[in-house]
Amino acid sequence: MFEIRIHSRGGQGGVTAARLLAMAAFLDKKHATAAPFYGAERRGAPVTSFVRIDEEPIKIYSQIRSPNLIVVLDASIMDTVDVLQGIQEGGTVLINSPHPVHLPGVNVLSIDLTGIALSVDLVVSGSPILNTPVLGALAKMDVISRESAESAIRDMFSDERNVKAAEAAYKELIL
Amino acid sequence: MLTVATGNKAVAAAVKAAKPAVVAAYPITPQTEIVEQIAEYVTAGEMDARYIPVESEHSAMTACIGASITGVRSFTATSSQGLLYMHEMLHWAAGARLPIVMANVNRALGPGWNVWAEHTDAFSQRDTGWLQFFVSTVQEAYDTTLMAFRIAEDTGILLPVMVNLDGFVLSHIMQSLETVEIGDYIPPMVLPHKIDVDNPAGYGTLTGPNDHFKFRWEIERAMRHSPSVIRDAEEEFARRFGRKYGPTDEYLCDDADVLIVSMGTLGKEAEVAVDILRKEGVKAGSMRIRWFRPFPELDIRGRDLVVLDRGYSFGFGGVLTDSIKSRYRDASIFSVVAGLGGQEVTYDDIAEFVRNRRMNEEYWFGVDA
Repeated sequence: MFEIRIHSRGGQGGVTAARLLAMAAFLDKKHATAAPFYGAERRGAPVTSFVRIDEEPIKIYSQIRSPNLIVVLDASIMDTVDVLQGIQEGGTVLINSPHPVHLPGVNVLSIDLTGIALSVDLVVSGSPILNTPVLGALAKMDVISRESAESAIRDMFSDERNVKAAEAAYKELIL
Repeated sequence: MLTVATGNKAVAAAVKAAKPAVVAAYPITPQTEIVEQIAEYVTAGEMDARYIPVESEHSAMTACIGASITGVRSFTATSSQGLLYMHEMLHWAAGARLPIVMANVNRALGPGWNVWAEHTDAFSQRDTGWLQFFVSTVQEAYDTTLMAFRIAEDTGILLPVMVNLDGFVLSHIMQSLETVEIGDYIPPMVLPHKIDVDNPAGYGTLTGPNDHFKFRWEIERAMRHSPSVIRDAEEEFARRFGRKYGPTDEYLCDDADVLIVSMGTLGKEAEVAVDILRKEGVKAGSMRIRWFRPFPELDIRGRDLVVLDRGYSFGFGGVLTDSIKSRYRDASIFSVVAGLGGQEVTYDDIAEFVRNRRMNEEYWFGVDA
């Protein structure tokens, strides 16, 4: 089983990112679940979402304690939340950041999702949309296939800028 | 069609397929997505139903009662405080023998304010005369909601049905869902005592002790008959759509020495615990109760039971434990109170309950040593 924990802030689209990711995995003919942890939701508050992907049906409902992959949509969360908690040995962290990030003992990949969203004008109510570009990065990391990432995005959003942003992220992410 | 959906969206999709004439509801977390989705179906013309937004849950149930007594299918959904606000009318719906279907997204009751999973809301309506099912997956939420209409409207039953799904844990998780073309799986609703303007009759009039007593016995008679109707609905569902359900969902129970008995999503988590325990040589099984009312016959003879209770009767004990004990006086039970107010309970925790079981004792997870 491949377990992913997504850290974001309320309103940034972490919950939707988890659902898109599960949908893409499902389109890859795998079993997947996406479960947000809901606290007292409000814009800007830290939000955690969980995605499980497996070849077998998934029976687990409890939260992910030892993720294989951690996705951080807002690097400023790391000031207050220990995003690395429980990460598996050899686990990876994907961080939305314009600058390379170094964290001791883990593989870190960084990508400027905010910059990508702004570059294709993917902005809603003044906030850049991160949940669709992040799918491109996850496809590059082979968590899901590129085709399924695009299909999942098109299934949920009619605005093609979402697909464009995902494609840009796919190209930009350096493994 | 194979797709992915949340538990809430699955319930809404099943309701759409069941084609109720009236849906009346008031939004409440974590149920809101169900009625939002139904309202969208109605607005988009995908559902030919009258959607009645009301000012309270009491009115939601009253509107369903008013619709149902005219002989048409009706549906509502609620959670927690909303379900309790309906309480008086739940008795009315069952007493008037109206086959209303309701989804209840299980949530704790305040105070303190808590929006997460707990079964106290449903348990507090245990004696209203509603049939109650508890489900554990998005698919089961969809399938059971469809079956609920057929069961409720069976002329041998004519009682309302509540489908319970764990708040957030199931209502908001996204899993795969196979929707079906229901065809004539749910026959047209026929209410023998529906209001008929050509044959005026009195409804809800003063009823003397003898008649009142008979009416109550009629409810119990229907309840005692209901297992055969539910089984028939489940078997017909399996025949048409390929998915089998029963009063319990049993995992490796046949040769088990110890059974984990639970309801809702904890029952699936328990299966993972069973796999872990089996590897350690413990002959464990998981028995998830799907029908809470009518309460099913259980094959528990000679086994230790570890009962997970997500609701409690203060001054007495766990509500599921209580139901099992009243029927099986000799049952050997370790009663574990766990998961109240959305308390996180993992498969490791459940395996630990089994390893450390103390028969005929009660244990409050996270509080007791």
